[in-house]
Amino acid sequence: MNEQPVSLVLFSGTDDKLQAAAVLTAGAAALGRPVRVFLQYWALDAFRANRINSRLPLAPEAGRDGEAAVERMRVGGQQSWAQTFRDAKDIGDVDIQACSLSMDVLCLSPEDLDPLVDGVEGVTAFYVNAGSGQLVFI
Amino acid sequence: MATATRLDARGMKCPMPIVKTAQAIKDVSRGDLLEVFATDPGAVADFGAWSRSTGHELVASSVEDGVYHFVLRRK
Repeated sequence: MNEQPVSLVLFSGTDDKLQAAAVLTAGAAALGRPVRVFLQYWALDAFRANRINSRLPLAPEAGRDGEAAVERMRVGGQQSWAQTFRDAKDIGDVDIQACSLSMDVLCLSPEDLDPLVDGVEGVTAFYVNAGSGQLVFI
Repeated sequence: MATATRLDARGMKCPMPIVKTAQAIKDVSRGDLLEVFATDPGAVADFGAWSRSTGHELVASSVEDGVYHFVLRRK
């Protein structure tokens, strides 16, 4: 399969946006498309080993009704965004990289991150690996 | 007759029925069947698209009482 990679830049660290990103990742992985994920700022913060299982807030536009809807899904047994990323890695070619600038900003070292994160790279390496495919920013 | 493996994806939300199917088909021998039950409303479109894209043939597709039933043959 010579599929163009799907490249996702994750910036936001809210539960709903990470959930959406995990769904896009798993869907592409199930189709055999390589997925390249670049973690910046608050998304990177959410991938810290000691935070990956904590409850995160929702995007401001969720409002009270949105919070109730997401809570219903959670109580109903919807799996976490982190588990969906693990499943995506299990079925496909998913590479998750931490943005080196964000690592500096958040004073993180690689051992602070969950094993879901494959490495640390700069934006140049990310663009080169993305090839001519499109970028999605979440 | 090829043997069929069963996957119960009822109650799972998008994209988990496809993700679990992609996981399960790895354990199916070439030419054998994987039977999937799902309730996600996007399942008909998703299983058709997944089959076309991956080459695993969608042998049968039906719905009964809100439960979708798919039979896939591993390529």
